[in-house]
Amino acid sequence: MASNRKRIVIIGATSAIAEHCARIWVKDDLVDLTLVGRDLDKTERVAADLRVRSPKSVIRALTTNFIDPQAIQQLVDGIVINGAFDIVLIAHGSLPDQDACQQNLSLCNDVLTVNAISPVLYAEAFAGYMQKTNHGTLAIIGSVAGDRGRKSNYVYGAAKGLLTRYTQGLQHRLAHTNVKVTLVKPGPTNTPMTAHLQQNESKFANVEDVASSIVSGVAKGVSVVYAPAKWALIMMIIRHLPEFIFKKMDI
Amino acid sequence: MVAITSWGRLAGGEHEIISLSDREQVSHQIQNNNLGIAYGMGRSYGDVCLNPEGVLWKTRGLDHFINFNPTTGRLICEAGVLLRDIQQLFIPNGWILPVTPGTQLVTVGGAVANDVHGKNHHALGSFGDHVRSIKLARTDGTFIECGPALLPDWFAATIGGFGLTGVIVQVEIQLRRVLGPWLDTETIAYANLEEFFCLADASEAGWEHTVSWIDCMSNSGRGLFMRANPTGISDRQEPEHRKLTVPFVPPVSLVNKLSLKAFNSAYFNLKKRRAGREVCHYQSFFYPLDNLLEWNRMYGPHGFFQYQCVVPRGVGHDATHEMLSAISRSGDGSFLAVLKTFGNRHPVGMMSFPQPGVTLALDFPNKGDRTSKLFERLDAIVREAGGRVYLAKDARMSRDLFEAGYPRLAEFLQYRDTGISSALSRRLIGS
Repeated sequence: MASNRKRIVIIGATSAIAEHCARIWVKDDLVDLTLVGRDLDKTERVAADLRVRSPKSVIRALTTNFIDPQAIQQLVDGIVINGAFDIVLIAHGSLPDQDACQQNLSLCNDVLTVNAISPVLYAEAFAGYMQKTNHGTLAIIGSVAGDRGRKSNYVYGAAKGLLTRYTQGLQHRLAHTNVKVTLVKPGPTNTPMTAHLQQNESKFANVEDVASSIVSGVAKGVSVVYAPAKWALIMMIIRHLPEFIFKKMDI
Repeated sequence: MVAITSWGRLAGGEHEIISLSDREQVSHQIQNNNLGIAYGMGRSYGDVCLNPEGVLWKTRGLDHFINFNPTTGRLICEAGVLLRDIQQLFIPNGWILPVTPGTQLVTVGGAVANDVHGKNHHALGSFGDHVRSIKLARTDGTFIECGPALLPDWFAATIGGFGLTGVIVQVEIQLRRVLGPWLDTETIAYANLEEFFCLADASEAGWEHTVSWIDCMSNSGRGLFMRANPTGISDRQEPEHRKLTVPFVPPVSLVNKLSLKAFNSAYFNLKKRRAGREVCHYQSFFYPLDNLLEWNRMYGPHGFFQYQCVVPRGVGHDATHEMLSAISRSGDGSFLAVLKTFGNRHPVGMMSFPQPGVTLALDFPNKGDRTSKLFERLDAIVREAGGRVYLAKDARMSRDLFEAGYPRLAEFLQYRDTGISSALSRRLIGS
């Protein structure tokens, strides 16, 4: 039985975007799903919800330290021991207040670690194994904020920008294998992470729509998914704005 | 602060938003705030979900299923889960919400707090009749769990308690066995109210769902009576549900005297010609407007009112007739006019709307004083008849009509959470 279930691993499974991706995956297929989170109660809550949605899927919740390289290696070793998988989604992150990052170097340090270094370590740990089995798609959630540094969120943006460069390199490395690497760049999405910014909700994308773009992008194995798709155009314009215009903008 | 309106798009006011997404954190999040009220999908029409200058606790993030027992059909879920999600997941597995209102884009918490009803009230009562337990977070930091057997007084206060007894965090619902997504429906045109009541009485025993659309622009009280039963047909393709959106708010209401007369007449005649038996998917039968997103924009920049009342059956015919005459004299009218008999059963909630009798629901574009005057005439008829007006739809009823219609108010107020307040509670209860 186990062999015909799609095997999926989600790191940062309590993130709203990741959770909604998981809801789509369990709706479409029977899955063998490993959810990794920081907080056991919250991760179990996500797992319980998915079990109601798909009673015949196998769904387990794990917790780990997201910063310690050894803990990350151990966790990934423990997961890969069960055989090849189809999708790994690395989704964790936190959205800080830019001003606070400028005032407080330890916060700045945490933000860079959680949003850049930790996902890279996870991706690196999985990539080696996936290369060996020559199978699967590795998806990482970056952000449109990584496309160009802006005064309103450049610490977060820098971390997400690092993921862009990292993913490029990994895609290059795995170009001649069957392993696909997808970088997802959500625009502002209506989730608990952005709740404090949500003052005008209508400008924020619906998390269900963002998840559905991610799931279809991952299924196709495309290199970059903007979610929703309109952000590809918006960010292309923002990336190409000449500096003298860009500097006058309050964004 | 954010400007929020409810579904009627009337003046809403600025609100401070607090998003609830972790059920363990709710009691912390609702303490030490200014007065607040839970807000789900904002699908109630008036001010029951609004709290201008105060806090809205958005519950949409509380959207987890917690447990489902496939043997008993008991579902436990968080209060921000949508009825749509329950129907989509469980109908293919042979279970359905026993009671559903005319839109599935509402939260479970909202369905409980307004004790919503559907087309099968005569058979299965209202939403609260199928709730087995509720977990409430109070603004003093405590939780209360209640159900029909556990703290039944708290349960009765919370069902239909329009959010004032605490923030509903978690609900246990008894789902009902269903054969599939299809309904065997029959549409029958009626020429006047006498025929409507005959059809309603004749259908009560043999049909689970009954409802009617009434052409309130005609003087006769003609309309279309629809009745349906679940069916086990399984050889049909699930329909594609194409979604359309009303793309912007037109400068004037598209629902007006000119359009209504033509539209109602065309609708009546078209449906009359196509009357008869038909197999219908549950989505198009229960939720005909859910595929027209943001349909509330049609009423233009000033928004619209819904007026829904119930009057006892003994005076039902005369009161309905009088209301229709008052509407026709006013020159205004309604497209979404629904006439339905309620069953002879009493609701679980102290403040629940349904009572034995006949209910009339109407929509009117907001034309200020002119609309208010019409509502005052309708109020007088409802009061005279010993009826009541539905709080989930109301934005304007007077305090004395409210007190006359809801005799258990004093009892209900003992269970109120003093950290919770809404525009409706201030208007009708004074705090």
